[in-house]
Amino acid sequence: MASEVILQVINVSKSFGGLRVLNNVNLSVKKGNIHALIGPNGAGKTTLLNIISGLEKSDNGEIVFKGKSLRRLSSYKRARIGITRTFQNLELFSDMTVIENVMAGMYFKRESGFIASGLKLRKVRKDEKDIANRSLQILDFFELSHKKDEIAKNLPIGEQRLVELARAIASEPELILLDEPAAGLNIKETKTLGILIQKIRQDMGITVLLIDHDMELVMKICDFITVLNFGEVIAEGEPIVIQKDPKVITAYLGEEF
Amino acid sequence: MTLLLQFIFSGLTTGSVYALVGIGFNIVYNSTSIINLAQGEFVVIGGLMMWFFFVGLKLPFLVSFTLTLAVAGLVGFLMERLTIRPLIKKGDLLLMIMVTIAVSILIRGLLMFKFGKDPYTYPPFTVGEPIVFLGAVISQQTLWVIGITCICIAILYLFFNKTMTGRAMKACSLDIKAARLMGINVSQIVMLSFIISAVIGAVGGIAITPISLMEYDKGAMLSVKGFCAAIMGGLGRGRGAVVGGFTLGILESLTAGYIHSGLKDAVALFIMLFILFLRPAGIFGRSEIMRLRKF
Repeated sequence: MASEVILQVINVSKSFGGLRVLNNVNLSVKKGNIHALIGPNGAGKTTLLNIISGLEKSDNGEIVFKGKSLRRLSSYKRARIGITRTFQNLELFSDMTVIENVMAGMYFKRESGFIASGLKLRKVRKDEKDIANRSLQILDFFELSHKKDEIAKNLPIGEQRLVELARAIASEPELILLDEPAAGLNIKETKTLGILIQKIRQDMGITVLLIDHDMELVMKICDFITVLNFGEVIAEGEPIVIQKDPKVITAYLGEEF
Repeated sequence: MTLLLQFIFSGLTTGSVYALVGIGFNIVYNSTSIINLAQGEFVVIGGLMMWFFFVGLKLPFLVSFTLTLAVAGLVGFLMERLTIRPLIKKGDLLLMIMVTIAVSILIRGLLMFKFGKDPYTYPPFTVGEPIVFLGAVISQQTLWVIGITCICIAILYLFFNKTMTGRAMKACSLDIKAARLMGINVSQIVMLSFIISAVIGAVGGIAITPISLMEYDKGAMLSVKGFCAAIMGGLGRGRGAVVGGFTLGILESLTAGYIHSGLKDAVALFIMLFILFLRPAGIFGRSEIMRLRKF
């Protein structure tokens, strides 16, 4: 695989009150990889994702995306330069339709700007059409186009996850952060999800950083794994290496293997 | 029967303005969770500034109309920039709501300074015979008020459902965190919501002034009535405010006509207490809609 690093986490620490959630975490994600972040509950995985996407501030350390520090960028600007994410607890626009959700992901992609869109109606209409068409293509990719006009909250959880993923893809990100994408999915749905994540990387060239507890999924689709425990990186490497690492086995896999 | 019809039409007229104010409440509430108690002042700004441009400066009607909306929009914009934006990061809703009261007092003071305490009016949009419908007399301006309100509602509906900016506003109201991560600039959306709510309030003011006159201190009562309309329909629900506004207008007019005109203002307050005690999600709302939102 390509060896260019797209995202670097450098010496990031974070405390909530007296509790140290992340302690000098270092991490590099290579472009084009599917990179997993695993660890027991409370290891600080979601906090790290929140810091990368700008929802939380780290106490110190640096996040570097494509060679640029993200320190000064608020979350919506990070989305605009190509980092997007999904959530562990779905955060869909629940009262909007499926296609409207996906279209929202393209909000800042349209050509006519914020003010101009209020004035040039014809241009807006064309943009709208392009966006709608593009959204439909994305829904096709996820095999959801037949549900495009349904209200998002009425779909089963498995499909809501896919809509959230579709919405994230719509902004044409370079890096997508997935927070437990398989949570609440059955075995079959998880399998489909795994295939889709691989397709997202393959067909769209999007780098994926994901958190999940489903070891089967993680071991199967990931190129590289970082293991967090109590806010520290205890191991990293390819799935084969991680599976055999004694430290990881005691900290995390111990009960299962 | 004729009398009843007459009351209903006069109720629909005042109800239009309540509906517009109520929609304004909802738009701001949806993007910020704030109750903007200066909402009624925008109606007064609409009426008085229209008089200023149209009668005072003798500008053509459409020019005055446009300028008035621009002034109202500017006031909404300044209000958001100067008072809401600096506080929004703190996330103290009560503080921000109190600031909106301060803004309403300030606006009222400035309007009194400029216009004095007299009521103002200007000629109706079109002159001509009133229309007689089943014995009830309906002035042309009444039709203007109701018509313009309907047009506003239609435009807002298209805006929120058919344009990307409108959808982004809707997205913010549903899930502010996810909206941000989709690259939506939430603070721009908040600004826009203040501007839109100010402009539609002003539209109501412009339309109603030839019928009911406008004076500097009408805003407070309009805020109360508009708020009542908004909670009748369930806070945050656009269509709810429209139905709420018209219902309140008609109830007021029936009370004034059949019982006593002194009880007119009591109707809104009574309804408000009733709803807040018994159905806090609004008459049409389900309780699950009442949710606490934070930034």
